[in-house]
Amino acid sequence: MANYSTNEFKGGLKVMLDGDPCAIVENEFVKPGKGQAFNRVKLRNLITGRVWERTFKSGESLEGADVMDLEMEYLYSDGDMWYFMKTDGSFEQYAVEKKALGDTAKWLKEQVAYTVTLWNDNAISVTPPNFIELEVVETDPGLKGDTAQGGSKPATLSSGAVVRVPLFINQGEVLKVDTRSGDYVSRA
Amino acid sequence: MATDWQPTASIETLRERARLLAQVRAFFAGRDVLEVETPVLGHGGSTDVHLASLSCQADTPAGRERLWLITSPEFSMKRLLAAGSGPIFQLAKSFRDGEVGRRHNLEFTMLEWYRPGFVLNELIDETAALIHTILPGASGPLRRRRYRELFRAALHIDPFHAPLSDLRRLAGERGGLDMAEAPRDTCLDLLMSLVIEPTLGRDGQEVVVDYPASQAALARRHRDPEDGEWVASRFEVYAQGLELANGYDELIDAGEQRMRFEEDNAERRRLGFAEVDIDERLLAALEYGMPAGCGVALGLDRLIQLALGKQSVAEVMAFATPNC
Repeated sequence: MANYSTNEFKGGLKVMLDGDPCAIVENEFVKPGKGQAFNRVKLRNLITGRVWERTFKSGESLEGADVMDLEMEYLYSDGDMWYFMKTDGSFEQYAVEKKALGDTAKWLKEQVAYTVTLWNDNAISVTPPNFIELEVVETDPGLKGDTAQGGSKPATLSSGAVVRVPLFINQGEVLKVDTRSGDYVSRA
Repeated sequence: MATDWQPTASIETLRERARLLAQVRAFFAGRDVLEVETPVLGHGGSTDVHLASLSCQADTPAGRERLWLITSPEFSMKRLLAAGSGPIFQLAKSFRDGEVGRRHNLEFTMLEWYRPGFVLNELIDETAALIHTILPGASGPLRRRRYRELFRAALHIDPFHAPLSDLRRLAGERGGLDMAEAPRDTCLDLLMSLVIEPTLGRDGQEVVVDYPASQAALARRHRDPEDGEWVASRFEVYAQGLELANGYDELIDAGEQRMRFEEDNAERRRLGFAEVDIDERLLAALEYGMPAGCGVALGLDRLIQLALGKQSVAEVMAFATPNC
């Protein structure tokens, strides 16, 4: 991979730091009146998701990371691994470990497309679509007529996620949910 | 359709900018300081190790030659002072290679002025008055902070005498990088930028004085009357954590000036940086005799940024470097 110098660091650039692939979040050029220039850089570790703040002397460089985001459809799990298939028509499949799946585990639904991040051709993280439609498999009975305001209750969705929903929602209904916040949006 | 042709500042902001520029000119007109314009190209450049100069090739009456873009209008203005101009100011486009960010732009507007016969404290007061004109919010008592005291208060370390190993460890910890090989001034620069600067000028202007003698650049050095330490006769003004101005009791000794240029170029060779042609005409002017006095350079785009409550210098420039 190519090397990138501090003046090429922009949001989204993928680089290697301490052996892990990272995405640049923010790069600030700092320089005292008459002294050495530095770059204050925020990077997201793509494996742990943690954000690091590091300082570099201006002009230093980091090795690029061979990281790609690909759209893949969720197929199934055998309990150990979770299987996804590229949507580019190649039918190529990738096995994803639980660790890489992370919180996305609770938003999985077959035939839905996810963004799978590959590093050196291994899946390191999976990002769900911003909105997903899932069926309510368990919740307290709905309150008739209460469609307007007030109150919420927990509902378990087919993927395993538990979200707060309005009181009028019933078991068996399909809901639209925001996966970023975990908030109920509407009936699907 | 491409949108990167559009200005990085709104037209309304550019109107405000023009109004502030007129205020700057009125400020100096009221004090009988002459506005001058000097070239952005010169046969000599800035040797400062931490400034990267741009240069170009040009056909001139002397043939094909290399000309340097100014990093500030300092050298030409000093030649005018030696020629008897009296007090002068300039709004000069200046260029520093690689400096692009929220607070920097490759080319920017430097407000620079010189006051023959002034002592440093007089120029500090005038700089604060100019900033107050543009930034009425930054009033309050002007606080003067000594470099050494800032380090003692914020980091419990004496920047002049702490062992280099202590400074390297502290800078490495604060910056999250390996400073094991870093020279003393690099450690101090990092700590100044990351730890101290953001706290300066939070509620008004703050002036930092008595920099280490090694950071004198083109300023004279003097012994601190209190503790006898050699310090640089230099100040910087901060507002809202932003460095706005850098002032010197100007070095007027031609021999000392030549030595500093040569030391810079020696350091450049050591670090593998390109050497910069020394401005022989500046040295000749100092040889002839420049009146003793003080000068200051102020980053006008930053001052306008603060005055208009913007987040970056790009927002107060018609076309910032990425869109130029």
